[in-house]
Amino acid sequence: MKKQIPIYFVLVSGIVMIIQYFIPSEESEWLFTYANDWVIVIGIFALALGIWSLLRSEFKKLKNPKEAFYAGTVLFGYFIMVFTALTREGREAGTLHMNLFNNILIPIQATIFALLAFYIASAAYRAFRARTVLATILLLAAFIVMLRLIPLGPLSAINQTAVGWILAVPNMAAKRAITMGVGLGAIATCIKIILGIERTYLGHD
Amino acid sequence: MTIWDRIMNLDRRWIYLCIAVVVIIPAVVSFKVPVATTPEVKKVFDFVDKMQPGECFYLGIDYDPSALAELDPMTYAILNQAFSKDLKVIIGCLSQFGVGMAETRLAEMSAKYGKKSGEDYCFLGYRPYPAICILTMGVDFRVTFPLDYYGVPLDSLPVMNGIKNLMDVKGVVDITAGNVADFWITYGNGRFGFPVALGVTGVMSADYYQYLQSGQIFGLISGIKGAAEYEELSGFETTGMESIPYQTLSHAVILLFIIISNVGYFATRGRKGK
Repeated sequence: MKKQIPIYFVLVSGIVMIIQYFIPSEESEWLFTYANDWVIVIGIFALALGIWSLLRSEFKKLKNPKEAFYAGTVLFGYFIMVFTALTREGREAGTLHMNLFNNILIPIQATIFALLAFYIASAAYRAFRARTVLATILLLAAFIVMLRLIPLGPLSAINQTAVGWILAVPNMAAKRAITMGVGLGAIATCIKIILGIERTYLGHD
Repeated sequence: MTIWDRIMNLDRRWIYLCIAVVVIIPAVVSFKVPVATTPEVKKVFDFVDKMQPGECFYLGIDYDPSALAELDPMTYAILNQAFSKDLKVIIGCLSQFGVGMAETRLAEMSAKYGKKSGEDYCFLGYRPYPAICILTMGVDFRVTFPLDYYGVPLDSLPVMNGIKNLMDVKGVVDITAGNVADFWITYGNGRFGFPVALGVTGVMSADYYQYLQSGQIFGLISGIKGAAEYEELSGFETTGMESIPYQTLSHAVILLFIIISNVGYFATRGRKGK
């Protein structure tokens, strides 16, 4: 029963939503909006569950002296950010919440991301070597694309054309193939879920 | 140990040092790097530029502080252009940190042009689950956002008069550093067919050229170069054009390192071959 009801529910709602997509009518639009409202409601419950799960795992860590400092910092930061944003007025520019956001969160995230430049430079030095034919093609493509930011006088126009070709032809063909593969995979997975073949979303209990 | 062996085993700290030095240079010696505009950026510029005063478009601010350096100039340039042309803008966030980014930037830009929330623009705030938000905004903004960010009902805002859903705005420009872009393409353009343009980070841009060619997005601003192009076109310079010298020099150094690395590789490979 515990597994049968969700499987039947997914089967019916999945088929109904597929059918409504292909029927452009007022009733179909109402059904679509109604289903989306339900998804929002379920999402809100999932969010509450997520917050509870996060708090529980961090409180557990507090008992371990080795992890207590980091867990305490995470919890403290979490509570500060949440409580300073509880009221609408508290989230406007110039308030404590926005000052914390602008002066702590932004510099932290921006700094961590900026460090990537150093790692990319180091990785490029070691990885972009013409060891094989394929590696050489990758190296040349990367070289041409990176050159577009460097003024090369009359050569800039030629480089720009080459960059446009790389992005619009070989890059696009590869990306499109990947996207189509992912799309077909997603359709196959959805059909398996609707038909009850794929049941991992039900958990192991 | 020969010089080539040393090159092949170069300590990464030397690379870090070189990058640090070239990043500091433009801060000390100011210079400009010319930026050539690309058609994909010009299309986004033209979209905003051709709109008449009073017409409305949706601007999505869906990026985190980590992408601030690349995407902030796009937000500023588009808001500058829109507010200077007296366009109405509906701003929404489908990424949790976007709301913090949007609030500060909107406060700054609205003060600059004397624009009022609710009259000249509407800041919707943030809602989770981007796919559902886009789908419901395609039906009615009020389903997803009954109130704006400041708690005012959408029905009482003059800027929202006559605007029921995303089909009533001229189009969507989403500035994003995450997968929100995919949701706009799949559920926004795919389901409802309204025009979508994207502003994305440099590393993301290669993923979205396929949608440009297929017409699923009508324009693409990619990375700091795209932002600088937009600034060049609109004439509102912020940090986009300023950042180009930093990027140019660091790219030049990385390219130089790649050349040195390959020269070293071939020199040592030849020797090993003997």
